Amino acid sequence: MWKFIVKRLVSMIPVLLGVTLVIYLIMSMAPGDPAKVILGEQATPEQIAALRDELHLNDPVLVQYARYIGGLLTGTMGKSYNSGLECGIEIMARFPNTVRLASVSVVLSVVLALPLGVIAAVKQNTIFDGASMVFALIGISMPVFWLGMLLILFFSLRLGWFPSSGSEGLKSLVLPAVTLGFQHMASIARVTRSSMLEVIRADYIRTARAKGVSENKVITKHALKNALIPTVTVIGLQIGGMLGGSVMTESVFAWPGIGRLMVQSINKRDIPMVLGCVIMFSVSFSIINLIVDVLYGFIDPRIKSQYK
Amino acid sequence: MSENKKTNINELSTKYKKRSQTADIFRRLCRNKTAVIGGIVVIILLLMAIFADVLHDYEGEVIKQDVTQRLQSPSAEHWFGTDEMGRDLFARVCYGAKYSLLIGFCAAVVSIAIGLVLGALAGFYGGWIDMIIMRIMDVLLAIPGTLLAIAIMASLGASIGNLVIALSVSGIPGFARIVRSSVLTIKDSEYVEAARAIGATDRIIIFRHVLPNGMAPLIVQATLRIGSVILSAAGLSFLGLGVPAPHPEWGAILSNARSYIRDYSYIALFPGLAIMTTILCLNLLGDGLRDALDPKLK
Repeated sequence: MWKFIVKRLVSMIPVLLGVTLVIYLIMSMAPGDPAKVILGEQATPEQIAALRDELHLNDPVLVQYARYIGGLLTGTMGKSYNSGLECGIEIMARFPNTVRLASVSVVLSVVLALPLGVIAAVKQNTIFDGASMVFALIGISMPVFWLGMLLILFFSLRLGWFPSSGSEGLKSLVLPAVTLGFQHMASIARVTRSSMLEVIRADYIRTARAKGVSENKVITKHALKNALIPTVTVIGLQIGGMLGGSVMTESVFAWPGIGRLMVQSINKRDIPMVLGCVIMFSVSFSIINLIVDVLYGFIDPRIKSQYK
Repeated sequence: MSENKKTNINELSTKYKKRSQTADIFRRLCRNKTAVIGGIVVIILLLMAIFADVLHDYEGEVIKQDVTQRLQSPSAEHWFGTDEMGRDLFARVCYGAKYSLLIGFCAAVVSIAIGLVLGALAGFYGGWIDMIIMRIMDVLLAIPGTLLAIAIMASLGASIGNLVIALSVSGIPGFARIVRSSVLTIKDSEYVEAARAIGATDRIIIFRHVLPNGMAPLIVQATLRIGSVILSAAGLSFLGLGVPAPHPEWGAILSNARSYIRDYSYIALFPGLAIMTTILCLNLLGDGLRDALDPKLK
């Protein structure tokens, strides 16, 4: 297992280098002179030229990129055009908030989606099955920011149960987590239902029933464990979408995470900060994918044996 | 006698003539009620988008501001009410279909076209071509799609053309992977070998023989992709990075509605419902197509 993890970590290096290069090249296409952005409208051409030299902006893009990567390896992401502070410090200060929101959303969506999918499969072609799948389809089709707005309208402005913004206390986490988790809950429930439907028709399930194993045990111990592989794959795939969704959710609820920082930085044309945020999201996404791959081994011993 | 036999064979061949595969798929699709409903709504939305300029006067109705009519509740005169600038929301939401569907279709077509060529080259030639193309695709896949689009829009600036570019780039790797895997399964089949034996060029083999036979998963993915592009475009416009004002894109209308949601919730209700209905129907159609194209479900 360890050998597999180390191998995957090593294979992540060229991908992450590629990711940083792509993002760096995209952001370097941004119009406008960074030196002018930092110094403001009143800056003289001499001051601008001096700052361009200091920031090595006259170097070719690939040289600038190599310098950026060198900085990343020593733990610096460059200085924010806006605050003048090291971008990494601000990103790391906001990162725990995004992790908190995303992890609560994942837990919430999995805890609700698994029973929903399992019950829909076990009670196939009943009203419950139909209702849960309509619910799932609506969830998939609903824009995350619109759901956030509707939840604010009803649960915050009309009923006053939860705050509409901020990150103080557990109450403020409820609406953003539900917003971010709802779409993913719908996808996970759909996949769980279809993989459960395949599994519960398998011979070993019939055998377990014939042996007199209780229905609960058949479903939870024999069927669900075997139906989990596609579900875990979808959870892993959904996390990429969730990171994108967190940008919208954090903006709707003024949640102080990296997503909101990124949107604020875009509006202020703070390119180093946007670059740092996208790289942070992409690195997190790659690490989550690695965790999902390792998780497969714990669920399915056949996959674990391939890791050796 | 021989003449009679010939007539009988002709009659039999007409009677048992094999139905075309497309007709078969269409028949199976029509049997799926939810897919039919989804398809009908998508067609209605398409017609709304195509005839948007005929149905609504852009200058005089969709973007014309009238402060005397601002924030009017839904009524017989203004079915969906009016927004903070006094513009008719019904006209804006209907006209918004043009922007959302146009962006959705264009971005999906560009992603498919580029993904198709890259996937076909990688799958057909293999070796270093495959290695280079697929490693680039791996890198693009390692960046969450919405974030890649946000980064591109942050760099290029908000405009409809840039939005199509941003959403197309994030869709390419998915299509390239699908086409590559289809090509890998088809390229060693007997009819490809036969085409090669009669001297067909690689271009003809790829575009005439290999790709048409690997289209099924691509069609399904394309339908679902249009939905996800519309959703992402609305999200980007909501953040102020998509379609610039005063164009009535659904996400942009919702973004403006944010400040008025407490007292005028209907402003946020209708554009949101329009997005949800469109995505829902595209998903229903996509699911139906997947079932209709699946030979196991024949």
